[in-house]
Amino acid sequence: MNPFAATVWHVMRKDLLIEVRSREILYTTLFFAVSCVLVFAFGFVREGRAVEDAAAGILWIAIAFSGTLALGRAFERERHNETLRALMLAPVERPAIYLGKLLGVLALLGAVQLVVVPLVAVMFQARLFAHPLLMLGLLAAGTTGFAAVGTLFAAMLVRARSRDVLLPVLLYPITIPVIIAGVRGTAALLQAEVDLPMARAWLSMLVFFDVVFITLALWTFEPVMTE
Amino acid sequence: MDFTSVTFTDVSRHFGRRRALSGVSFRCEAGEVVALLGPNGAGKSTLLAVASTLLEPTSGRVQYGEHTARSARARLRARIGLLGHELFVYPELSPSENLMFFARLYRVEDPDARVGAAIDRAGLTARRDDPVSGFSRGMRQRLALERALLHDPRLVLLDEPFTGLDDAGTVALRARLAALRDARRIVVVATHDLETVEPIVDRALVLQGGKLALIAPGPDPLRDRYRRACEPRAQAAQAPRES
Amino acid sequence: MNRLFPVLSVVVAAMFAYAPVMIANAPYESTMGLIQKIFYFHVPVALTMFLAAFVCGIASGVFLFGRRRAADRVAVAAAELVALLGLIVLTSGPLWARKAWGIWWDWDARLTSTLVLWLMFLAYLLLRRYGGPGSERLAAGVALFGMFNVPFVYWSVEFWRTLHPKTSVLPTLQPGMRGPLWFCFAAFLGLFVLLMAARVRLERRRAELEELYLALED
Repeated sequence: MNPFAATVWHVMRKDLLIEVRSREILYTTLFFAVSCVLVFAFGFVREGRAVEDAAAGILWIAIAFSGTLALGRAFERERHNETLRALMLAPVERPAIYLGKLLGVLALLGAVQLVVVPLVAVMFQARLFAHPLLMLGLLAAGTTGFAAVGTLFAAMLVRARSRDVLLPVLLYPITIPVIIAGVRGTAALLQAEVDLPMARAWLSMLVFFDVVFITLALWTFEPVMTE
Repeated sequence: MDFTSVTFTDVSRHFGRRRALSGVSFRCEAGEVVALLGPNGAGKSTLLAVASTLLEPTSGRVQYGEHTARSARARLRARIGLLGHELFVYPELSPSENLMFFARLYRVEDPDARVGAAIDRAGLTARRDDPVSGFSRGMRQRLALERALLHDPRLVLLDEPFTGLDDAGTVALRARLAALRDARRIVVVATHDLETVEPIVDRALVLQGGKLALIAPGPDPLRDRYRRACEPRAQAAQAPRES
Repeated sequence: MNRLFPVLSVVVAAMFAYAPVMIANAPYESTMGLIQKIFYFHVPVALTMFLAAFVCGIASGVFLFGRRRAADRVAVAAAELVALLGLIVLTSGPLWARKAWGIWWDWDARLTSTLVLWLMFLAYLLLRRYGGPGSERLAAGVALFGMFNVPFVYWSVEFWRTLHPKTSVLPTLQPGMRGPLWFCFAAFLGLFVLLMAARVRLERRRAELEELYLALED
């Protein structure tokens, strides 16, 4: 395996190993996502029926909020014993560290969505699985876009002050296109007359976003992280 | 790539308005143990961080042989080992998992054997599969030291390595440092524990308020020479107020 | 720049003094009447804001990759101008909408994109202010991301809005309107250059002051 891929693999494996042991981030993020769905539900369910399009919106808001939480916690771990510095000290290509951490975060968020997506489908009578491939595509591309920007920002903020509040402050404006695309794409799949071309269009925008921003993150990781 | 000397030329580093290092110049050669002394907050940790390439100097140059951090990058980092204040180990993982992870990152040869030997040297064989979070400070310190030395670096930077070690541990560490010197490594030890480090130190440098001074070699104990090196600055600090 | 500054100030001041005259003489727009004339300030300010955003992004890139401190000073000056100009756009827009169509905010694609862009650069400023030492580099990363995000924000909001009925119809540009519009744009461009120059100079003075403080400690 070439050194770059090896580094990505080892970093990701180390993160997943730690998470599997304690499952702390997994359980807390999951719980938070479920609470999020509930809280928003109380705002948008009237007389036992959800307001139109509420399911799509609530799903993606829950993903965004719980994603921010997970990112914060994941990097708090690296801050604790300054292990992120140890990674920067290692003779590895720095962008590989970013990619390894991104894949770890994605695995985590994927696990959370395994529970949250069916939950939303059940609670709002939303036929989220009528078009499973497109739905999965939207979830994957959207979560990747959100996490790609989030991983870079969370890594950047590890040594900054006020990092807890600055992560959402920085992350939410930049990921607005992801949220719009995710919500509208999902809503297109939930409409009475399902609009497949629309969902596909939003999916392609998400994929484009992912490509551009992962590339940008790989490119800027080293200069932004050197002190 | 390899190198046999580290040279700081007029290195300064500041954080906003706080000057951590000011015009620091010195040179270390292979096969010597250099003590970096000074009061707390003098900039010792900053100097080690700059030497390890974690921090870039705001001015001045650091050279490793003919290479610089910018020219050699990852290849240079493979030859540097840092034991920081913060230990750099994952508390959720066991010693063997921690060391294996770093062994893989540093692409160490024969990782299993090396990791096993390192754990034995740290005296942690009995607890090799327990998570580090349950360890005492001394045990973590020993593990962190092994982590820093796992890849057999040319430049060894140690920040307060004797903290939390008992007598046996201290003797063992001194022997380890002597062995590193014999293996022609460049060892820089930052500490304010002069008595402990005195027996194995070849040269001593003092950092005060970001400025570096050399401590002249001599027959007197290190502490006396250290005090003498600090005095001129203490006097100079007083003079402007008198006039 | 130092010698040009007073000259440019006089020119820009003169342009702003003359602008109302041009605007008053411009043809009336049929549907909206007098209120439409806000567009002669609203649009140039919006264009200048986008310019400032790109200047910030590019300067941040130069700072991050070229390691030039001067670029960071330009970046922060540009970001502050994005905040200021954005405020003008986001207040003039709803004022116009309220008078013309009776509602303050109708999620118009352009205005909403401007709001998102404004928030991104406000976040940049918050990071610089509260992120502690070394946050200049981090903020530069954010500015780069913000700049590359501009097309995505615009497309996604635009596409999102095509699903809703449009209440705002931008006026068709009659020939008599082009003159005052470009004149005002030139005036705001001049103002942008002036403010940037002043702000960058302030930042440079601050940097010199910091160096003096550091030298003092020796």
